[in-house]
Amino acid sequence: MTKVLVPVKRVVDYNVKVRVKSDNTGVETANVKHSMNPFDEIAVEEAVRLKEKGAVTEVIAVSVGTKESQETLRTALAIGADKAILVETDAELQPLAVAKVLKALVEREQPGLVVLGKQAIDDDANQTGQILAALADLPQATFASKVELADGKAVVTREVDGGLETVAVILPAIVTTDLRLNEPRYVTLPNIMKAKKKPLETVNPADLGVDVAPRLKTLKVSEPPKRSAGIKVADVAALVDKLKNEAKVI
Amino acid sequence: MTILVIAEHDNASLKAATLNAVTAAAALGGDVHVLVAGSNAAAVAQAASQIAGVSKVIHADGASLENALAENVAAQVLQLADGYSHIVFPATASGKNVAPRVAAKLDVAQISDIIKVVSADTFERPIYAGNAIATVQSSDAKKVITVRTTGFDPAAASGGSAAVESVAAVADSGKSSFVGREVTKSDRPELTAAKIIVSGGRALGSDEKFQEVLTPLADKLGAAIGASRAAVDAGYAPNDLQVGQTGKIVAPELYVAIGISGAIQHLAGMKDSKVIVAINKDEEAPIFSVADYGVVADLFTAVPDLVKTL
Repeated sequence: MTKVLVPVKRVVDYNVKVRVKSDNTGVETANVKHSMNPFDEIAVEEAVRLKEKGAVTEVIAVSVGTKESQETLRTALAIGADKAILVETDAELQPLAVAKVLKALVEREQPGLVVLGKQAIDDDANQTGQILAALADLPQATFASKVELADGKAVVTREVDGGLETVAVILPAIVTTDLRLNEPRYVTLPNIMKAKKKPLETVNPADLGVDVAPRLKTLKVSEPPKRSAGIKVADVAALVDKLKNEAKVI
Repeated sequence: MTILVIAEHDNASLKAATLNAVTAAAALGGDVHVLVAGSNAAAVAQAASQIAGVSKVIHADGASLENALAENVAAQVLQLADGYSHIVFPATASGKNVAPRVAAKLDVAQISDIIKVVSADTFERPIYAGNAIATVQSSDAKKVITVRTTGFDPAAASGGSAAVESVAAVADSGKSSFVGREVTKSDRPELTAAKIIVSGGRALGSDEKFQEVLTPLADKLGAAIGASRAAVDAGYAPNDLQVGQTGKIVAPELYVAIGISGAIQHLAGMKDSKVIVAINKDEEAPIFSVADYGVVADLFTAVPDLVKTL
């Protein structure tokens, strides 16, 4: 196999407690720390490990979004991706549109494997990998905690409700990563410097012939209902009393 | 308007998540049909026909559907899609695996993890680990939806008498195959359906302590055991016990968080619980901001005390 394609997304950093905008049009993202979606870091790491094992020859990182997504791609290059493609657009993007862009890139680059994160921690959709698999008519192995390539197949252990499941998919295939697939490496300063010299190509969705118009309209974004303030009780006896007589849950 | 609900099952029994999905489907207003796609799953189809509010069960039975491979199940659903305005999956590992594939082939935007039906085309869903709720409207002709099961009450499992109609199973895609399964054995209630959950975090220190401290309490309360990501990553508990944004979403009557600090990602999985109890020795731990009752104490003495007092 030659290439692995790894889509990465720039999201609000997972440690940030997001705030809903006062006009209820979305969440505050200006002047908020952004970073690579954690599941995508795992995807890049897995692709780079496959390359280090000699199972693949080239790792291409891709991001769809605004100019700022360049930073996310540079991070992927610093982890060990060989080159990057930014599909630049200011449009609001939904999974279907992103998957269509990725499908166009799959046709262009002909990767043997595409590794994506299982979900992005901003829209929490958990769709893009599956949609890409369907559009490109490829098999999928989602929520992967182990990936082995052999004999034109990927044997993937998946995290499912109630335990683990192993499937074999014929390559080319789509794999989405779960948290336990690997522990992404830290990027080192020399690798960050090297990443600056690696190629980063910029295209736009129209070049790829893709219409990215959103299909879902967000009418409103609101705060979740707040829990009323609780109390601290002195000891376990007081706790049991409260649970029995006040909350009546035991 | 007719709605197709995709049943969650293991070929032997119907999973409870299906019942919550049927309630969400009924809220859309229209006839509710259920698809049971499996192998030797007649008992499941029979159980589905008993669900209150279901008017027809479609039973597709064949070897290609035995292990719920996404390629085959999606093809089966697509074969039936013409007659339906909405296709509804429970947001389980299996539903999340298949639903986007169906939506893609129909060229419609899939709507994930809805917690409320506002109208037949408008839904509420949590984003940013549940820190915001988005109200979204779909302009697509067909809606492909996954339902957060804790957002909807289960439909009654009996009282219905739907007809069961058999259809031929799709051919195998040939692109994927099932290799094996490793099921976590547990005689406790299922985590997502339990009324009481006792959940442990990194403070338990080891897998022996995790079992030693939590098991007696869970036994006493008839509770399911859950874990934070930190506890799972440290190897104290298997991954399928993980509660949070990336694990299970639960909403029991009582959630007891033991030695869990309360990171955003964990809260995303349990903050809709009716009553939350936190036992933690750090009184600044964020978990206390969502707990109805908090005890600031060392869990290694407090939990055994609690077992004794109960």
